[in-house]
Amino acid sequence: MSLRIEARPEIDRRLLYVTPLLAVALTVLAGFFIFLLMGYNPFAALYHFFVSPLTSLYGLSELAVKAAPLIMIGVGLAMGFRANVWNIGAEGQLTVGAIAGGGIALAFWGQEGAWILPLMCLAGILGGMAYAAIPAFLKTRLDVNEILTSLMLTYVATLLLSMLVYGPWRDPDGFGFPQSRLFTDSALLPVILEGTRLHLGAAVALFVAVAAWVVMTRTVIGFQIKVVGQAPAAAAYAGFHRKRVIWLCLLTSGGLAGLAGLFETAGPIGQLIPVLTPGYGFTAIIVAFLGRLHPLGIIASGILMALSYIGGENAQVEVGLPQAVTGVFQGLLLFFLLATDFLTKYRVRYVSTRREVAPA
Amino acid sequence: MTFDSTVLILVTVIGAATPLLFAALGELVVERSGVLNLGIEGMMLVGAVTAFAVTVATASAALGILAAAIAGALMALAFGVLTLSLTANQVATGLALTIFGIGLSALVGSGFVGIPVERLPRLQIPGLSDLPVLGPLLFNHDALVYLSVLATVGVAWFLVRTRPGMILRAVGESDVSAHSIGYDVILVRYLAVLFGGVMAGLGGAFLSLSYTPMWAEEMTAGRGWIALALVVFSSWRPGRLFLGAYLFGGVTILQLYAQGSGGGFLGLPAQVLSMMPYLATIVVLAVIAGGPWKGRLDAPACLGKPFRPAT
Amino acid sequence: MRLHLSRRTFLAGTAAASSALALGRGVYAQEPLKVGFVYVGPIGDYGWTHGHELGRKAVVEHFGDKVATTYVENVAEGPDAERVIRQLASSGHGLVFTTSFGFMNPTVRVAKQFPQVKFEHATGYQTAPNLAVYNARFYEGRAVCGAIAGHMSQSGLCGYVASFPIPEVVMGINAFALAAQKVNPDFRVNVVWINSWYDPGKEGDAAKALIDQGADIISQHTDSPAPLQVAEQRGVHGFGQASDMAAYAPNAQLTAILDDWSEYYIQRVQAVLDDAWETHSIWYGLKEGMVKMAPYGDAVTDDARQAAEAVKEGIIAGTLHPFTGPIENQAGEVMIADGATATDDEMQKMDWWVEGVQA
Repeated sequence: MSLRIEARPEIDRRLLYVTPLLAVALTVLAGFFIFLLMGYNPFAALYHFFVSPLTSLYGLSELAVKAAPLIMIGVGLAMGFRANVWNIGAEGQLTVGAIAGGGIALAFWGQEGAWILPLMCLAGILGGMAYAAIPAFLKTRLDVNEILTSLMLTYVATLLLSMLVYGPWRDPDGFGFPQSRLFTDSALLPVILEGTRLHLGAAVALFVAVAAWVVMTRTVIGFQIKVVGQAPAAAAYAGFHRKRVIWLCLLTSGGLAGLAGLFETAGPIGQLIPVLTPGYGFTAIIVAFLGRLHPLGIIASGILMALSYIGGENAQVEVGLPQAVTGVFQGLLLFFLLATDFLTKYRVRYVSTRREVAPA
Repeated sequence: MTFDSTVLILVTVIGAATPLLFAALGELVVERSGVLNLGIEGMMLVGAVTAFAVTVATASAALGILAAAIAGALMALAFGVLTLSLTANQVATGLALTIFGIGLSALVGSGFVGIPVERLPRLQIPGLSDLPVLGPLLFNHDALVYLSVLATVGVAWFLVRTRPGMILRAVGESDVSAHSIGYDVILVRYLAVLFGGVMAGLGGAFLSLSYTPMWAEEMTAGRGWIALALVVFSSWRPGRLFLGAYLFGGVTILQLYAQGSGGGFLGLPAQVLSMMPYLATIVVLAVIAGGPWKGRLDAPACLGKPFRPAT
Repeated sequence: MRLHLSRRTFLAGTAAASSALALGRGVYAQEPLKVGFVYVGPIGDYGWTHGHELGRKAVVEHFGDKVATTYVENVAEGPDAERVIRQLASSGHGLVFTTSFGFMNPTVRVAKQFPQVKFEHATGYQTAPNLAVYNARFYEGRAVCGAIAGHMSQSGLCGYVASFPIPEVVMGINAFALAAQKVNPDFRVNVVWINSWYDPGKEGDAAKALIDQGADIISQHTDSPAPLQVAEQRGVHGFGQASDMAAYAPNAQLTAILDDWSEYYIQRVQAVLDDAWETHSIWYGLKEGMVKMAPYGDAVTDDARQAAEAVKEGIIAGTLHPFTGPIENQAGEVMIADGATATDDEMQKMDWWVEGVQA
């Protein structure tokens, strides 16, 4: 008897929904033993890690606040990944979007008007797009790998922000500390749930995800994107313009990242500071994959990732868990998710290895 | 800048380039076999903390370096199982490896903060180390630096002049053809991935035992990502990788020197100087792409695509 | 492992108190006071956060089971900080220390929503009825180091590995230069900015660059021991920052500036326990013991030692101020008049350099 791995003729749809739950269950189990070994009360630790953020309205709102940028960026990136366009520089694009939108806020600082915030959002989108246009141009014109260019540009964007916040955009009343002025009310994202930090950006993220789903599944361009990614030869044969798709994917993901950056700046932060996000541009890549590059799946995976961050903080406060365990946990969750994914595409069977006796 | 200080600068550049060279060489081999491992940062950190912890515990840097290589290989093994046997997406798995590695190394390393270790001893080669200029420049480094240079030569020779190297390249260019000839694609890739892990571990060991002999969380400071860039920058050739690592290390160091000597380069703010290495990489890439090397810059054709043997 | 075990003991004893209703309205005789600490870096950074963690441990040791402490490390400045601070405030903590400048606006916002909880923000400038600000006069320590450097440097050039050009760093560099120039009027300081508080690799490289260009004293306003390690390797001297780094550089370290938050933290916790806490904005230094100097290294000459002690005693007695006029900036303008000393306000807004500083 031996094990044989067979490809399933088609992906088992039931397993598609069961495997994430299985992965979470495996992570919880692994976590149980890790906590036990480290000397913590495993039940308390697991509760605070996974459940406590969900137990209050405030916790849920914070989940949404944290998940919103991840979802918005992830959706944009997923479109690109489907087309084999690897935008690894979302972190840089969100920074430039924040700079552009924040610049508008500072330029009109102190003024009032309902037009300021939409202008900022537009600037954020355009800023992110413009920054993503650089790798797009280099790829379509010179065939330079976009992974490399977009990645290098993230460092440049962060340094640009630092230069602005330490230099010309520094708050003159801020005792020389690297921060811009606090945005005035017209330049801040409205809170949509009283008593929480839940801002308009969360609603927009949801809308963007649904819109992306519609585009990817029901429009011609969505179809083109998928074909260009999976069968480039067929796509060329069918007349789908590969370069146009590349531009579209990079600009879209750049624009969404820029908007997400602007939302963070005009929302929870309220000013420009040297470090705007703890790496959302990179985390969004993982969110995109965990959501199986499907916009609705990304909503779920974005919430799951946000939960792991917030749960990690809660566990530090309530149980004294060291912060490093959060990273270990997230890594394990990802590993199990990726591993159980395997079961949707393949099945494992026992096969008899007894050979037939050849007729004499 | 005097002649003496030029020599000193170059020595510093050698130190800065070595961890990049280790990590990038490993990833080059991995990518030549058709696999993309984005988890270099995580593997380097695990290597760094393992090297440090074992050195502190056993007072033997040699054991520490060995342990780091094994630790890197184990991390790479996890990656290999997921991507090669379970055909998981390589980009996502690599990123997961990085996150896991950062957390694991911080967890393990928390007990080792504030403990100093002896820096790796500089190997003195009788006769050569006393040469006037070349002595301090080339012959006064620790074992890992020399190992990195040997590894570069070794990898280049392996890829081009040995049969196993040719098989590896074939697997990276056309896995289906290689499989049909009878080569075990998955095994070759496993070995390549493990090699990448060993090299990343050694790069991390260099950081924590020689470059700045201490343990600090996230002490790789993004070098794993730079290594990834270097592999692409080198168009998957070890010789160019060597140059790239030293170029990158050089630009990074030079901007610090520029600050320290002239109050900035042409009066530019420090952040602009810090941008230089990254902008330089993009510029060089764009320049090469349009030039006579076009067409020879192709990545291994199967890079990133999982191999599913038809059984 | 000892650390979290002792915390677990306290938490076990305060299980009742950790219900969300306990907003710290008053401290009952039995209920321990919950004190929270928000750290921007890892407790293992051997620098800034490590110093605060030592302060927290001192509180734990001093108060025993009258107090239960919690800490959260690696909290990114920005939206995450606000959530963490609010989490502490809403889970029954009566006193919360937020230990980085970047936590200022989040602390202000949370303080408004939890008027019963007391907040203490380090290195900031915004106070409220329930939000106090505390800071340390590190520049005093810099003056002591500068005096030593003036005596001990042969090349008359100090290499300064610095993080960001904010007033705290600027006044430190200026104070150091001024003190050194009292001994050697031609003393110069070369600064390299590494754009980070903590990056051992870069800090070491910066130190190498500075030493290669002639500096024989290394000073730093970054958190890792890397610059001193390099100084030790190259046979020059330097000063430790935020912790005593002699273990990394037994020959090179001349002294170090130590952050000692223990007494202050104990004082403030006691004030809350006594129901006598009031907001303030304090800036303590050598006199109050918030800034301390590490023991002198063996390499420190007698002259240097005497000069350093004189500066230290003078500052503590109030007879010596590191910024005593006349002081001109590099354009020749008089920033501090003859006979005057810099006010706190002038120092906290400092954005100019004294002669001899190349930044």
